[in-house]
This record gives sequence, C-alpha cells and structure tokens, in this order.
Amino acid sequence: MAIAREAEPVGSLKEVREAGLDREDLLGVYRSMLLTRGIEERGHILYRQGKIPGSFYTGRGNEAASVGVATAMGPDDVGTPLHRDMGVHIVRGVEPWRIFAQYMGRADGPTKGRDGNVHMADSNLGLIAMVSHLPAMLPVAVGCALAFRIREEKRVAVGWFGEGASARGDCHEAMTLAGVRKLPTVFVCDNNQWAYSTPTHLEFATEHVADRAESYGFEGVVVDGTDVLAVYREAKRAIEKARAGGGPTLIESLTLRMEGHAVHDDAFYVPKEMFERWAENDPLERFRSWLRDNADMSDDEEEEIAAGVKKTLNDALKRADESPLPDVSSLTEGVYATPEDLDTPHHK
Amino acid sequence: MAELTYLQAISDGLRTEMRRDKRVFVIGEDVGVYGGAFKVTLGFQEEFGHWRVLDAPLAETAIVGACTGAAIMGMRPVAEMQFADFISCAWDHLVTVAAKQRYRAGTPVPITVRLPSGGGFSGGPFHSQNPESSFAHIPGLKCVCPATPEDAKGLLISAIEDPNPVLYFEHKHLYRRIKGEVPEERYTVPIGKARTHREGDDVSVITWGAMVYTAGEAAQQLESDGVSVEIVDLRTVMPWDKPAVLESVRKTSKALVLHEDTRTGGFGAEIAATIAEEAFEDLDAPVKRIAAPDTPVPFSPPLEKAFIPQVDDVVAGLRELAEY
Repeated sequence: MAIAREAEPVGSLKEVREAGLDREDLLGVYRSMLLTRGIEERGHILYRQGKIPGSFYTGRGNEAASVGVATAMGPDDVGTPLHRDMGVHIVRGVEPWRIFAQYMGRADGPTKGRDGNVHMADSNLGLIAMVSHLPAMLPVAVGCALAFRIREEKRVAVGWFGEGASARGDCHEAMTLAGVRKLPTVFVCDNNQWAYSTPTHLEFATEHVADRAESYGFEGVVVDGTDVLAVYREAKRAIEKARAGGGPTLIESLTLRMEGHAVHDDAFYVPKEMFERWAENDPLERFRSWLRDNADMSDDEEEEIAAGVKKTLNDALKRADESPLPDVSSLTEGVYATPEDLDTPHHK
Repeated sequence: MAELTYLQAISDGLRTEMRRDKRVFVIGEDVGVYGGAFKVTLGFQEEFGHWRVLDAPLAETAIVGACTGAAIMGMRPVAEMQFADFISCAWDHLVTVAAKQRYRAGTPVPITVRLPSGGGFSGGPFHSQNPESSFAHIPGLKCVCPATPEDAKGLLISAIEDPNPVLYFEHKHLYRRIKGEVPEERYTVPIGKARTHREGDDVSVITWGAMVYTAGEAAQQLESDGVSVEIVDLRTVMPWDKPAVLESVRKTSKALVLHEDTRTGGFGAEIAATIAEEAFEDLDAPVKRIAAPDTPVPFSPPLEKAFIPQVDDVVAGLRELAEY
C-alpha cells in the first residue's frame, strides 16, 4: 500500500496561474521540452554518423519531468541533474551548441572533451556535473543545502536520482542527513521503470520509491512525470516549502524510459505493449494538446516555436562542428585546482 | 611559542581557521557535544555553534559528499573520520566525485578530510590502518601526513586553504606522546615540501608520520657505530617532494624507505622506483624498503608489534646499508 501522496493532474489554466506560470511561461516550457527532445534526436543522428565517440544516452520520455522541475527552481537555487535530465540544462540556459560539442568530445564542450554525454554542467547556471556512479550526487546536493542552511540563505538544492540508484547507500545516507537537519533539499526520483534491463520490482519492494520518504522524516509525493504542469506544481510546492524552512521532499516522477538504456540497447526486455501504452502519454504531445485546449495555442504560435527550435538546433550543430578537438598538450592540465580557480562568486 | 602536543596543535590549527574564516565548518561523527573521539574538537561547539560543528549521522559518504557540495557552494568544510579506516566508506565519493570534479568539470572542491590513522595500541584491523597510498594513487587528491606539532598546525591550515580535496592523516600514536614548540599565530606549512628531520651523510631514511620518530631512535643508535643517518620527513605524500628526496640520496648514496603502511604497493614503492630511475648512478647500494608485512593490522600486542616496523628493524636495515 502506498504511503506517499499521489499527486492529482493539473486541470485548468487558472490552476497553473496560481502555481506561478503565465501564458508566456507555458509557451517557454513547451519550447524547452521541444528543444530537449530535439537535441537528443540530433544527438542520435550524430551518433549514427560516427561523430559521437563512446556511447550516447537520452532522456526520451522524461522531458516533462526535467523541464517541469527546473522551471520551478529559483535563479539562485542549485541542482545536480542526471543523464535523463537534459531539460534541466536547457531551462537553466546552457547554450545548445555547447551540448553538441560535449557529445562530440570537442574543446568547447563544458568539460572540454574530458567527459562525455550529459556528464557536464555549467556552474554559473547553478548546476553541478554528474558522475556515472549513481546516486553519488545526492550527498553533494545535500551539502549545497547545508551551506545554504549554515549561511541562512533562502536557497534550495535539488538532487536527482533514478529508481535504480535508489538502491544504493548514497541515497539512504543523503536522505538521512537531509532529514535530521531539515535541510532545504528536494530529491527528485526519475522513476522510468527500468534500471538498464532491471524492472522496478527487482529494485525496490515498496509500491513507490517515494514511500521511503516518511522513514526519513519528510513527505513523499508521486507525480505523473508525463504531465509537465503537475510536475511543475509539485516541484514548486516542494522547493518553496524547503525555502521556507520546511525541510526536504521526495518527489517521484513516474515515466517510462522510451528508449534503451543507451544507444546500443534496443530494450528488447521492455514489453511492446508497455511502450505503446506510454507512447499515448508522450509528454510533448500531451502538453501540446493541453496548450491548444486550455491556453489557445494557435497554429502560428506552434509553428513559430517549432521553427525557432529547428533553427537553434541547426545553428548549434554547425557551431559545435566547427569547434576543434581538444589539444592533447592540455592532457595533464587542471588535475589540481589553483587558488585562482576559487575566484568565483561562490568563494568570495 | 607554546609547547603543545600534536593533538593540541591540530585543535589549534582548526580553531585558528574557524575564528579567521566563517566559511570553515566541521562535520563528523561525535565531533560536537563529545568533542570528537580523540577530543580534537573539544569545546568547539560552544565557541562556534551547532551549525559550524555538526554531529553527523553515522554516514561517511554523506559526510564527505556533503562537504563537496558545501565546498562547491563556497564553504571550506573539514570532515572528521572517526578513524582513518572508515574512509573506505567514503572512498567512492572522494575518488569518483571530489577528485575528478576539477579536471573534468572545472569545479574546484576545497575540502579537508581529517583521518586519525596508524597503529600501536591494539586498535586491531579496523582502527589502525594507514591508507595514504590508496589515495596518493588518485589524481586530484592531496595527502599530507604531519609528524610534528608545528607541522600538524601549519599543514592543517594549508589543507583548509588549499583549493583541492586534501586528506590530512594525523597519526593517533603521536596525539599525546609528541610535544613541541608551536607558534601561536597563524602560519602555513607548504603542501609538497619535505623537512630534514635530522642531517646526516651516510644513509638517507625517507619516511613520514610516526615512523619519523622510529627512524630518529634508530639513527641515534647508529651514531655510536659511527654511521651518520639523514632523515627526510616527507610531510606530504601527494604531491611528494621528489627534489628533496633525490638531493638527500645523492648526498648519502644510500636510501632506506620506511613506512607503517603495508609493503606491496605502499607509497614507498613509488619513492624507491623514482630513486632507482633518477638517482641510479648516485647509489652505492640497492634501495631498501622497510614496511609492515602484507597482512591486515593484527590486534594482539605481540602480533601488532611484529607488524609495525620497530626501531630494531630500522637499525638492522641501516646497518645493512651502511656495511654494503
């Protein structure tokens, strides 16, 4: 039996306005979702063209969840998004061409070719680059929140993890520390139902991951991760609660990973009917319909957004392709930080 | 100058930085009300409050991981592992996140992790280890191992000030046994610089931590044989002071590398290899290593004594080299 609260879907434009989004914001959310998917689709093409070394991971099906949460964050809030959360980088303002440069291991990617895929973040946008070991970034997010609490700043840290990673001790330790200290943290579980090939019933024995929140002394909420507005509303509530000193929340966003774990994986182990059922709830199509039905999005507006995204992607790909590969003479540089590296606003 | 124990010097260094810099905070198990298992932070919570001296849950990954997050947000966290042995629980975080963040993402992680390490009092397999070589192997981490009270304070301040993750190995056997003059004001001891603990001409001992004193006693015994022993206290294992080691070896032409950690893959192997590579022509004898055998640290006193290199072992090693 579920312990966590199961969030209701969002109904009307009025309800959305109450949650803090006006019509322009909504069109911006739609644009961010389109751009997120577009970047990953173009990434697939680059991969097939042999332009992306290594493997390639996407968050298809998770666009509403990532964009919804990031839209609810304040400008001074920080986050540790993962490999299904490209939408977070987009909302926070990373330039798309730098993402393509990152994919291709170029010198202008955020990691200058030292790491690949979504293993990147622009710290000026309040994001911290993920590592492959999941959920290793949760204790880091909690540490950000601890800094805010010590300095009595009204800022919030958002830490992402997957339902698979919820099995690891880092998750338990991070939530324990955040819980006992009531730190301004929001934990977001991207439950896309498959940890590589392993289904949820072999990953956790509760009905929801969010059911665990109660044992850490805070609220757990399960939200439909294909409903960007419901995700936004729940994230906004949790973030503002944390900001007001109310402690952490665990939001579990339920989606389906609509592709394999990575580009090499055809996901043969996911039942076909499952894909078909979730395809009916495609987050982009769902929000597009909602905008047309509830916010009078016109054909012209829709076309304008789509054309703008297409142009952004074309320009970004071109610029990224012009970025050089890293100079091998830089190989051993920057293993250790210098005092000048601390010359940032955070460290003043 | 005041005469302080090694432990008091660590406290003094930490207190100095916390008074000077509001970004510095301490987090660890029982560091608050109890003042730490060894009382390094005794009285700190009264002075600095509950939010700068944080009693953490028994969760080493959360402790060190939270330090990383706080450091990225501009704080200067100091984590205490109750025993260095427990750092294995936070190994993943240090190696996977903290060590690599600067190189791959350009994000400095200025954290200090204090590690009460070393044996000599029947702590057994889980309260006695010297895990510095494991971390010295990880690009992105720094490892310091002070032996004197003066260095204990100065290196701790340097560690906190350093823009990188620094593992600060404080040897438990030195805590109350070793006293020394310590400047009262704030000062730093540079990370990566060795110190000549004793000057000599015939054999160089390269060592660090509590073994500095073991080497010192052995060197005194050799004096009566007319053998003059130089002791290089490395102070920092990563980055290590290669020029100072090579300079000493070139002077004496004989090198004994001594450490309390186990032998195979211990940091002494790196030093011995470097001497062989870069000072081969200057050597009059093969480089000798003295280290603990490749076993877990045993509990029972005679076993532990046989495990940790003793003065007699070093004396024998030095004689062998002197006679070569």
